[in-house]
Amino acid sequence: MSNNVSRRHFLAGSTAAAGALSLGGASAFAADPLKVGFVYVGPVGDFGWTHGHDLGRKAIEKEFGDKVETTFVEKVAEGPDAERVIRQLASSGNKLIFTTSFGFMNPTIKVAKQFPDVKFEHATGFMTAKNVSAYNARFYEGRAVIGTMAGHMTKTGKFGYIASFPIPEVVMGINAFILAARKVRPDAEIKVVWVNSWFDPGKEADATKTLIDQGCDIITQHTDSPAPIQTAGSRGVWCFGQASDMSSFSPEYHATAILDVWDNYYVERTRAVMDGSWETSNVWQGMKEGMVQMSPYNERLPAEVVEAAETVRKGILDGSYLPFAGPIKDQDGKERIAAGEAMDDGALLSMDWYVEGVTA
Amino acid sequence: MSPDPGLLNPAAWKIEPRREIPRSLLYATPLLAVVLTVIAGFFIFLFMGYDPLLSLYHFFISPLLTLYGLSELMVKAGPLIMIGVGLAVGFRANVWNIGAEGQLTLGAITGGVVALAFWNETGWWILPLMCGAGILGGMAYAAIPAFLRTRFNVNEILTSLMLTYVATLFLSTLVYGPLKDPMGFNFPQSRMFSDSGLLPILLEGTRLHLGSGLAIAIAVAGWVLMTYTIVGFQVRVLGQAPAAARYAGFSGKRLVWFCLLLSGGLAGLAGTFEVAGPIGQLIPVISPGYGFTAIIVAFLGRLHPLGIILSGLVMALSYIGGENAQVVVGLPQAVTGVFQGLLLFFLLASDFLVRYRIRRRAIQAAPDGQTQAAEGAS
Amino acid sequence: MTLDILVPIILTVVGSATPLLFAALGELVVEKSGVLNLGVEGMMIMGAVAAFGVAVSTGSGTLGIVAGAAAGMAMAFVFGVLTLTLAANQVATGLALTIFGLGLSALLGAGFVGIPVAPLAKLAIPGISDLPVIGPLLFAHDALVYLSLAAVVGVAWFLKKSRAGMILRAVGESDISAHSIGYDVIAVRYRAVLFGGAMAGLGGAFLSLSYTPLWNEGMTAGRGWIALALVVFATWRPWRLLAGAYLFGGVTILQLYSQGAGVAIPAQVLSMLPYLATILVLTIIAAGPWKGRLDAPACLGKPFRPST
Repeated sequence: MSNNVSRRHFLAGSTAAAGALSLGGASAFAADPLKVGFVYVGPVGDFGWTHGHDLGRKAIEKEFGDKVETTFVEKVAEGPDAERVIRQLASSGNKLIFTTSFGFMNPTIKVAKQFPDVKFEHATGFMTAKNVSAYNARFYEGRAVIGTMAGHMTKTGKFGYIASFPIPEVVMGINAFILAARKVRPDAEIKVVWVNSWFDPGKEADATKTLIDQGCDIITQHTDSPAPIQTAGSRGVWCFGQASDMSSFSPEYHATAILDVWDNYYVERTRAVMDGSWETSNVWQGMKEGMVQMSPYNERLPAEVVEAAETVRKGILDGSYLPFAGPIKDQDGKERIAAGEAMDDGALLSMDWYVEGVTA
Repeated sequence: MSPDPGLLNPAAWKIEPRREIPRSLLYATPLLAVVLTVIAGFFIFLFMGYDPLLSLYHFFISPLLTLYGLSELMVKAGPLIMIGVGLAVGFRANVWNIGAEGQLTLGAITGGVVALAFWNETGWWILPLMCGAGILGGMAYAAIPAFLRTRFNVNEILTSLMLTYVATLFLSTLVYGPLKDPMGFNFPQSRMFSDSGLLPILLEGTRLHLGSGLAIAIAVAGWVLMTYTIVGFQVRVLGQAPAAARYAGFSGKRLVWFCLLLSGGLAGLAGTFEVAGPIGQLIPVISPGYGFTAIIVAFLGRLHPLGIILSGLVMALSYIGGENAQVVVGLPQAVTGVFQGLLLFFLLASDFLVRYRIRRRAIQAAPDGQTQAAEGAS
Repeated sequence: MTLDILVPIILTVVGSATPLLFAALGELVVEKSGVLNLGVEGMMIMGAVAAFGVAVSTGSGTLGIVAGAAAGMAMAFVFGVLTLTLAANQVATGLALTIFGLGLSALLGAGFVGIPVAPLAKLAIPGISDLPVIGPLLFAHDALVYLSLAAVVGVAWFLKKSRAGMILRAVGESDISAHSIGYDVIAVRYRAVLFGGAMAGLGGAFLSLSYTPLWNEGMTAGRGWIALALVVFATWRPWRLLAGAYLFGGVTILQLYSQGAGVAIPAQVLSMLPYLATILVLTIIAAGPWKGRLDAPACLGKPFRPST
């Protein structure tokens, strides 16, 4: 898989040296700080996805102090610009570069070929190379926790889900949520509205209102702005935050949020580069490693809801609760996963079908 | 119009349009604008707590110091120039295509579909076929506003802009559906094009592709078209004096079609170049706003194809310099946006000095109304 | 029964249409004076950040609204200096204004991300606002919604009935003639441009104080562009603009609603509907008995300098 991008003759040659000399003039003396670069798809102030990665960057700075020097480039478009930015980071002396969006995968692989002495870490993709690792978080574990809570909390049995784009990540999240919820409330269903954007507060708010008007009494989202939380809260509807703790936007109805916590992984990988132990890896970490966490439960939640959530969370931690354990039927009622089996990682990572109970 | 307007202007200065524009000014004013931007930037960066000289250096100079940097400048400027040249022809004739972004997207789709249809096949004809498809795709998409304008008198500003959103959603439908890479774990992207569907690289070790070179050639062709052909003449007349154009029997409708198809075709070709060049596959979003930025480029280049080459390069530099300043100096993206805005403001304002001159009122002013009338409007 | 469904939908449409209405109405007046300002998005986002910042800092939504309008005006003033005083190209200057505004707002707003603000109070009238159907539809909005509707009436009256409005239209139709009979073209256009800025700023303020009371970089998400298209849609008439903004908002909500209801049409296709519907409706209007009347101000986008 990883090699189908070596399509151009120039990539084969090692032209990296020429590039490495071009900018910044940062020659690596032993005492020099390790330069770590980050490529963000959104603004650091998005309060969602990019914000989370930027917290990870700050964790590196906090851990290593003046032994590291971090740089980031924000709002990099997924397309022709990405390759240039990644290359610029590599050629100005960054020895470890995190590219934090799926669309940066092919550019990362291309640039990595030209800079064999630079380590790259690409988030949410599937390609690796000698100096490129892939990493991702098992967000679906968090979805299973909030799905369970939603199953207990709902009266109407209808959930509203504000979604961005139907990539496997999002599809998987929707499925994990409703699978967990139906274990509590077998007749529950989920209505999905695609806003075709990761970030459009107005449209996300409109989608939230629409879903509430259609009888949904729990709102959750896979978009980046806190608008759904705010809107649901103002209508007195319980909701779950995304990527960061969004409780300030509805202290009353923000039940909990699934947090992306990249801190540990980023610190670990930086340390690995420093002590020379960095190796290519392809990890998918979850609650056990702390990459996925739940923000504090709302104090107004009934005790049994919190208890149910904690049971699932602990089950995930000790491996006794598998969010995608069979039997699983798809939207049309056909059995996809038999009882006693569970979906493996490969099937999950490319999931493009919905389970029973989803209207999408 | 009025030789003596009889207005008692309290200012001691008189502003009047130049009858002839000195060549030296044409070149000097953009330089003046850059100098002013540098001064303004110096204080902004200083105020924000960044090293002003270092920031300016990495904004304007360091991207130009390496061969790779120069090649990237061309990669970024290429689509801006191509689209800008096409749009400029329309703008001269008062045809307001602001949906080049959508036409670019369509061209990327049609060109890309050809590449994918002949995936893993080899043949010199694949690439020209893609380009042809890209041009036709862009043209077909621009034909919608052209048809609605000429048939129903529907304003093309609205239709071309609205169709841009539709194009993006259409591309999204395709890459999330039928064009999805079967081996790509259901991620929204097509297969990588095979070698026959990729533009040749002009400079080893860079991304400078054939399309960037063709962009310049197209601009030159645009200049020939506007300067030496009947169509170019008609476009200019239609823009400056629609009544005269009607009198002379030019078909306004035919020119609307011409302008929209030309700009749409070039935008479509630019789209194909993007997917066959730096991207190499179809992805949900092809262009970082080239279709809109090209509008600025067209006017900054004074709607002149050769000027557009220059303004396209300046615009590209402002983006690349902005990224560079983020990487090296740590300027936030927002600061580079503000700085880019200022640069454009100064460049646009400096035009004033080209077109008008400021004189002391005490000096005898030559009364002239004619040049004003020509300047003011049709 | 149907009313139970309709009333909340209409309320959502009101929220969706109001920012568009503000910005488009301002731009309509600007264009009527012969000036094309494509910087609506930039003025709007500056209005949003200023309104939010001031509302958070002072705790007063009213001051926030004023600040939003003022920020939009300040941006419009920059545009005016460049295009009116210095006769720079309007299209390019407008686009540059958008780039500038998006950058500056992100810079100014960096400290306000993640902070909530109390939404604008609804102007409820005890008793009447609680009436079924009519109450929530007519008497439970915040001040800006009413202001946007009043502005439609005001602008319509101004353009059609007032003397100043007549001069403004004359300036937009033929700047040279207006100038030669003694009107100060530049001054009229300055006023129009500043009004447009204030309205775009109010649209932004509505976004960050009422629609989604929060600040995030780029939160206008292209609404300034839609506003520009709506002016064309309305063929430069305020009442049609009202219809256009509510049509666009309405179809947007309708498509979201259809998705939630599980209509078997792909979401991307549904999302195209607002854009396609706008084109379709405009075509129908243009092909109808009003055929051939584009009504674009004759001097739209052309620079003017008095020969003084």
